[in-house]
Amino acid sequence: MDQVPILKIGQTLFVSIQIDLQDESVMLLQEDLAAELAATAARGVIIDITAVEIVDSFIGRMLATIGSISRLFDAETVIVGMRPAVAITLTELGLSLNGVRTALNAEKGLALLNGRT
Amino acid sequence: MDVGASQQRMAAFLRDNPDKVVGGWSELVAAGLRGRTSPQEVRRELEDLYSLIIRELSGTDEDAAGELRAVLDELSRNRARDGFTPSETALSVFSLKEAVYELVAESADLVPEYLAFSRVIDDLGLRTFEAYSAAREQIITDQSTSMMELSTPVVRLWDGIIAVPLVGTLDSARTQLVMEKLLETLVATEADHAVIDITGVPTVDTEVAQHLLKTVSAARLLGAECTISGIRPQVAQTIVSLGIEFGDIATKATLADALALALKHAGLKVVPA
Amino acid sequence: MDELPIRSGDDVVRVRQHVRNAAASSGLSLVDQTKLVTAASELARNTLIHGGGGVARVEVVKSVNGRTGIKLHFADEGPGIPDVKLALTDGWTSGTGLGLGLSGSRRLVDEFELKSEPGAGTSVVVVKWSR
Repeated sequence: MDQVPILKIGQTLFVSIQIDLQDESVMLLQEDLAAELAATAARGVIIDITAVEIVDSFIGRMLATIGSISRLFDAETVIVGMRPAVAITLTELGLSLNGVRTALNAEKGLALLNGRT
Repeated sequence: MDVGASQQRMAAFLRDNPDKVVGGWSELVAAGLRGRTSPQEVRRELEDLYSLIIRELSGTDEDAAGELRAVLDELSRNRARDGFTPSETALSVFSLKEAVYELVAESADLVPEYLAFSRVIDDLGLRTFEAYSAAREQIITDQSTSMMELSTPVVRLWDGIIAVPLVGTLDSARTQLVMEKLLETLVATEADHAVIDITGVPTVDTEVAQHLLKTVSAARLLGAECTISGIRPQVAQTIVSLGIEFGDIATKATLADALALALKHAGLKVVPA
Repeated sequence: MDELPIRSGDDVVRVRQHVRNAAASSGLSLVDQTKLVTAASELARNTLIHGGGGVARVEVVKSVNGRTGIKLHFADEGPGIPDVKLALTDGWTSGTGLGLGLSGSRRLVDEFELKSEPGAGTSVVVVKWSR
């Protein structure tokens, strides 16, 4: 089982998903993020999925759940770097990812969190 | 009649008389193709088919049927590409019956076997027809794909603002292409805003609306906001009467209006020079 | 044809990777590869979680007009699906359908065949063709 590292920069937590995650690792990430949010009072979470080739309904639900958990801690989540092929597939799958915002890259994601857009 | 045994007897006959049968067959086929293929090429093609047919008739080889069909499909595809008619292709198979008949008629003791054999060859001949039309359909599909590619440009209107002027019907195949091109351009230009102009889309019904909604959803997953422009008066009436809701997607009458909105969102203003 | 067991979460990842390799070498476009692997992921997970484990079979196939395709078969001996029609409920805006991911997967592939009976397990066969 692989543990995904969480970086804290300023008031924002950064997570970069680099590999093909197994279901248990996905659940672990969710738990780790909840713990970090509680411990650090971060205001935002950026999840970078630039390297993710497949997002199925399980991963999609995980991302939406992380969005909901963050809101409970008064933080906002932005998913960045979704690949075109993944976006098209998710749309066809019917997954709406409600409750999470999305941005093209980490830079724009950060701008979104800081209310500059 | 025991079909298996009858086929095996025919297979034996074919195995014992390769030169006579294939020779007669090649002559008939070459004549049918009116000299557009060399006799040696024809003979080579037919020899391959011949051995596969013998294998299938013998009934001992499980793979024979699959291989035979694959070779026939390939033959039909090649003929279709080379401009032969489906009849000419099918005749290549049917004339094997004639070649065999000429020899069987002399001895008259393989007549029942010939009837069963004839049915097998008929099936194979018909199969070439199906493969032929499938090949033609593929050519048409490929051509329409190229046409679609040419008629789906994505243009940059300003920094961070791109537009997709759609011309023609928006079916599911076209929607896939539009989504791919739009998203790739979003990534390449790092645009924040996309305008989808439907002035050139003749009819907007519930299906087209769903395709548009899908496209907007996909663009939003990449962080871009979308505006749909080019709503003509009749189209507006149709949309309302069909009960189509565009929800929170901004819609504008013209591309110019949509550009103004996008500029405003980008915090830009157009002033006299 | 390759046969892969589905008995754990790691197996689901393995099925994804195997299907991705097969799709890539069969001339499917990137978007089509992504769709197929995503469908495979959904169906493999279903086999594991709802079917109690099973098997995935991956095969390269050829159509009558020469196109290459990938055929996937997911089979389990689990409890089966009591209401197949309900499980395949469409409605791409909602994205649910008993959470089985079946209706979604169906939209991602070209051919989709589901056979299931309570007590007799479930079998799903899908095909995705290159263009």
